Amino acid sequence: MTKRKFGLAMSVVLAAGTMLAACGSADKDKNNAGDKSATGNDVGKSEFSIAMVTDVGGIDDKSFNQSSWKGVKEFGEEQGWEKGTGGYDYLQSTGPADYTTNLNNLVRRDFNLIYGVGFLMEDAISDIAAQQKDTGFAIIDGVVDAPNVTSILFKEQEGGFLAGVAAGLMTKSDKVGFIGGMDNPVIERFEAGFVEGVKTINPQIKVDSKYVGAFDKAELGKAEAGRMYSSGVDIIFHAAGGTGNGVFSEAKERKQADKDAYVWVIGVDSDQYEEGKVGDANVTLTSMLKRVDVAVKDISALAMAGKLPGGETKVYGLADEGIALADSRGAIPQDVLDQIDDFAQKIATGEIEVPEFVGKKK
Amino acid sequence: MINIMSNKMINILVPVISIILGLLVGAVVMLISGYDPVAGYTALWDGIFGDSYVIGETIRQISPYILAGLAVAFAFRTGLFNIGVEGQLIVGWFAAAYVGMAFELPKIIHLPLALIAAAVAGALWGLIPGILKAKLHVHEVIVTIMMNYIALHVVNALIKTISGGGFKLDRVQPTASLRSDFLSNLTDFSTLHYGIFVALAMVVVMWFILEKTKSGFELKSVGFNENASQYAGMSVNKNIVMAMVISGAFAGLGGAMEALGTFGTISSMGGFTGIGFDGIAVALLGANTPLGVIFGATLFGSLKYGANNMPNAAGIPIEIVSIIIALVIFFVASGYIIRIGLVRLRKNKKEAK
Repeated sequence: MTKRKFGLAMSVVLAAGTMLAACGSADKDKNNAGDKSATGNDVGKSEFSIAMVTDVGGIDDKSFNQSSWKGVKEFGEEQGWEKGTGGYDYLQSTGPADYTTNLNNLVRRDFNLIYGVGFLMEDAISDIAAQQKDTGFAIIDGVVDAPNVTSILFKEQEGGFLAGVAAGLMTKSDKVGFIGGMDNPVIERFEAGFVEGVKTINPQIKVDSKYVGAFDKAELGKAEAGRMYSSGVDIIFHAAGGTGNGVFSEAKERKQADKDAYVWVIGVDSDQYEEGKVGDANVTLTSMLKRVDVAVKDISALAMAGKLPGGETKVYGLADEGIALADSRGAIPQDVLDQIDDFAQKIATGEIEVPEFVGKKK
Repeated sequence: MINIMSNKMINILVPVISIILGLLVGAVVMLISGYDPVAGYTALWDGIFGDSYVIGETIRQISPYILAGLAVAFAFRTGLFNIGVEGQLIVGWFAAAYVGMAFELPKIIHLPLALIAAAVAGALWGLIPGILKAKLHVHEVIVTIMMNYIALHVVNALIKTISGGGFKLDRVQPTASLRSDFLSNLTDFSTLHYGIFVALAMVVVMWFILEKTKSGFELKSVGFNENASQYAGMSVNKNIVMAMVISGAFAGLGGAMEALGTFGTISSMGGFTGIGFDGIAVALLGANTPLGVIFGATLFGSLKYGANNMPNAAGIPIEIVSIIIALVIFFVASGYIIRIGLVRLRKNKKEAK
């Protein structure tokens, strides 16, 4: 028995030792951290630093969180900054309750310009911007009216229009599909542009539009894509973030089962060519690029020069390269590409104005 | 030595050892994935107790957890597994946000009205599974899970209709808000609101109903043994319905915390909030007692909120952080194993004497 008691005593001593040791190294670590940040400041000393808060979906969502981070990161690297306080950084939100916390955390780390990614962050940013008047903010896809907040919007309808033109010219069944994530004003702009683009090519083409109600439910996207392809749709344009990955897997399965199957997906936000690979083939017709990174770099540069357009709304479209179609890598023949370019020119110069809402302008 | 290992001591030791074990395994996870556990836990601590701001936010996070925990615990005491807390919370959230936004009344009427609306909405959402269980013996687990989905999508549709195609309602009027400048200034602009007092009041209410009233006795009795209760002349059906209604009301109030306090509005949701599901764990950690729920909610709320600071201050990815938090809760929940270990240790000691 004494042996067992000894064992207990030993483990208690060991545990205490570990904990005390942990305390000791905690102090040491704090000092180290202090030193590090001190030297960090000396090395990459910049009076300016930027950070961003992601929406749910994370930094690697292959969609606009990722694209925003790309902008922040590239801007930081161009300036020779390091990731972390005093340079560039991001915090990830796991739910709406995190927005305020994350934004506040970054404010407390003295970042000069903080991006909120996604319209869901409107309320959080407008609250905090009112409290923290010395910090600059920018919101992507949303509008906040405050002197220290810049709102960044995109003309998704213009990119949707080009995607629609591509789909209209490429469809063989005269049936195309649109799959949206949640039904909100941003996603509706994608749909409105797409429908308009298709109808411009041929008013007889049927557009099957569907909102699945979530950005992170690939299985719903897959089921919906399955229904559409089975009903004769041959090209689907998705604006559904992670849900869209399900659209890709459905198309890839069909392509794998039958090499000559005529199924295509038009990707969204970033170039989704990699998503569509099936062996040597690829189901990605093209992708509608929403260059959040371009906007982020643009606004960051302005803010760094002390000219943050606070209280303004900047709208990026085809004309300022905020919106574009990705390289189709041979999926679209040259004569079709020429026609798409033609339309792109007309939109950029304002000759064609694409509606923001579905069914507003025939 | 015998004194040290008394029952009381074991009751205190078990959760402490559980938490330490959880943290140790969490540290191993951080080491394996190449992060500094000391920096990580320092960040976690600072994220919970670091300054007045985070303390305010931590308390704010705890409030809905208390109510969700009470809801689950209350149904449990009557032998019902209410997985529908999530849905009841969502309809309560909506009801409070709508009443808070749509009416203009003096604060003394408006705020209570919004809270009552949330409780009633949650209660109604609990009433349906309650009636189905009592009258038709449909299992409440199935019904409540399905009611969650119905709540989520009905509320999304209502938000869209009421806001004229938008994705969120207008902010609640200041007269219906639980926010307080006083608490906010006290905690350096945190979103701490009066909801915590509502939550604590409900803890007292639950304790009172269960321990001090005849219906409370009947509810518990049905939970222990339906047949015996029936034989003793109690109406089992009535008690089942009542348990679900009260449980739903607690959950609805949990939604009101978010509607009138934290967010001040409701936005259309792409998925569940998770608070209702976490409420199940909170209730079980607290052994389904009102006081226990406070502890469960405090643990859950602090970890959940403090965890945000780990990516912020220590650069640990949120995915790793989620694993660590889950480990801590896992060990706390399996405290039973540690208890058995301690009791055996004590027995052996007695024998040795």
